[in-house]
Amino acid sequence: MSAALLEVRGISKRFRGLQAVDNVSFAVPPGGIVALIGPNGAGKTTTFNLIAGAMVPDGGSIVLDGADITGGRPDQACRAGIGRTFQLVKPFGALSVLQNVMVGAFKATADRVAARRAAWEILERLGLAEKAENPAKTLTLPERKRLETARALATRPKILLLDEVMAGLRPTEIDQMVRAFADLSRETGLAILLTEHVMRAVMALSHHIVVLHHGQKICEGAPEQVARDPQVLECYLGHAQAAERPGA
Amino acid sequence: MRASRALGLSPRAAAALGLFLAVMLLLPFLVNAYIVSVLVVVLFAAYFGQSWNIMTGFAGQLSLGHALYVGLGAYTSAALFVHFGLTPWLGMIAGMAVAALAGSAIAALSFRFRVGGVYFALLTIAFAEFTRILFDHFGWVGATEGLFLPVANLAHDDPVRLRGSPVMFYYLLLVLSLAALVLSHSLLDRRVGYYWQAIREDEEAARALGIDVFRYKIAAMALSAAMTALGGTLLAFYDNNLYPDTVFAMGRSIEIIIAPIIGGLGTLFGPIVGAFLLTGLGETMTNLSTYFEISGLKQWFYGAALLAIVALQPSGLWPWLSRALGLWERRR
Ligand SMILES: Nc1ncnc2c1ncn2[C@@H]1O[C@H](COP(=O)(O)OP(=O)(O)OP(=O)(O)O)[C@@H](O)[C@H]1O
Ligand SMILES: [Mg+2]
Repeated sequence: MSAALLEVRGISKRFRGLQAVDNVSFAVPPGGIVALIGPNGAGKTTTFNLIAGAMVPDGGSIVLDGADITGGRPDQACRAGIGRTFQLVKPFGALSVLQNVMVGAFKATADRVAARRAAWEILERLGLAEKAENPAKTLTLPERKRLETARALATRPKILLLDEVMAGLRPTEIDQMVRAFADLSRETGLAILLTEHVMRAVMALSHHIVVLHHGQKICEGAPEQVARDPQVLECYLGHAQAAERPGA
Repeated sequence: MRASRALGLSPRAAAALGLFLAVMLLLPFLVNAYIVSVLVVVLFAAYFGQSWNIMTGFAGQLSLGHALYVGLGAYTSAALFVHFGLTPWLGMIAGMAVAALAGSAIAALSFRFRVGGVYFALLTIAFAEFTRILFDHFGWVGATEGLFLPVANLAHDDPVRLRGSPVMFYYLLLVLSLAALVLSHSLLDRRVGYYWQAIREDEEAARALGIDVFRYKIAAMALSAAMTALGGTLLAFYDNNLYPDTVFAMGRSIEIIIAPIIGGLGTLFGPIVGAFLLTGLGETMTNLSTYFEISGLKQWFYGAALLAIVALQPSGLWPWLSRALGLWERRR
């Protein structure tokens, strides 16, 4: 795994009494699509925050393309090649959709015309082109999630961190997004790390799955393999069964 | 035409701006000295508002102490003129440098320690007040006794030494305000303008897109402070006397921010529209209250008008006015 694009080595994060991420390690190869799954509160978003520099890990290290980026600022992580979306979306509300994406595109170029062109391309790819001139605050939630993705993509990352960007989409829309991401990864060699509760998307898109539970990695492997893992079944289905059986 | 295209205006808006400029250029020939003096007040308000708008309207960092930079620009250039006979144009540059340094230092101090929002605003007030008190005891610039510029004979205007009639200041300020308009527009159209607005809208998202938020905030503060100081120099040479308690007054800081807020925070023309409306309204009310011999009429109407505008057009007059006149300003 020394050829990994992103290597997460034993990172941990504690909030007061809660161990949100506990000695988690995994890797994303160049061009790879890896899913980070787990029940609510498993520590997925926290892991993203640690990788993207929004939080500093208590321990462990994060290596991107051979460079140690542990403890760097978010803007430095972005410039190192990490593009991230926020689970709780953060649009630049007063700016148009196009301008939102241009802010991202300005990372690669100071030229306004070039930034505009790059932003348009991304909007078209993600099916947001008709909304380009609308203020971002007028978008629906699923559209805002797509805008998050578009903005992150515009920074031309080496790896894209997608935090539940397909939540709230209809099945046909999910299939569209899955296709868009798969195409993107294949055409540009972009690596993707995603968390998603929509299993349909996870299974269709990812080459490799990492499962978190209570901040710990409980299992990882190919999608079919993970889907059969008894520990995974327990932490997912166990919940479902527990919900069905009062008193359990 | 090139100028209108450079400003990104529709033909109709360009025509309106052209007409406005023509009127402004001719106005001093058509009105009496009193009106000219009121227009000078309008243009000062517009220009200070434009300068403040960069910091707060574009980059979203609320400064409530911009009188500090007015004062630094005014005192630096005036003191250098009085003590060393330095031409105000060089003194102006010195004042801008002092203000930019002070602004950067305040911003750096605040943002390094993650002081933001209202706490940052409080800090800007504190620094302005602190400097006012400092100048009260600063003998070299006259302390509380004031600093006076020699009033020359006004036979003809001397723009090199900034000695002259209100009409000269009127034209200087008109050019300055136009320059600020063009600069603001060009900044909004560049990466730095996009980055400032991104920071204003959501700092965390801005950071995630690779923006060094700290650096861009300091740049906004430095530029805004320097522009304000430039106006401060003109104010010093227009007023000819400087007292810490009026130059650095808290009331001045408040006055600076009202026009852009009423006109439209973060818009290009908001500070100018706001300055015309507020100064015009204020003067009218003063005259009415003198005429009807009702004291306090001015404050009442002024307050009521502000309330009405804020309640009816919370995003300011300009966005509404430009739509009503069909001069849509593309929001950036
Ligand atoms: N800033 C914070 N301060 C304190 N506790 C936090 C913070 N962020 C997350 N937590 C806690 O850490 C745990 C992990 O949260 P996290 O957001 O990483 O989970 P998640 O796997 O993304 O869940 P979900 O699927 O609901 O998004 C949760 O118990 C959460 O309440
Ligand atoms: Mg989450």
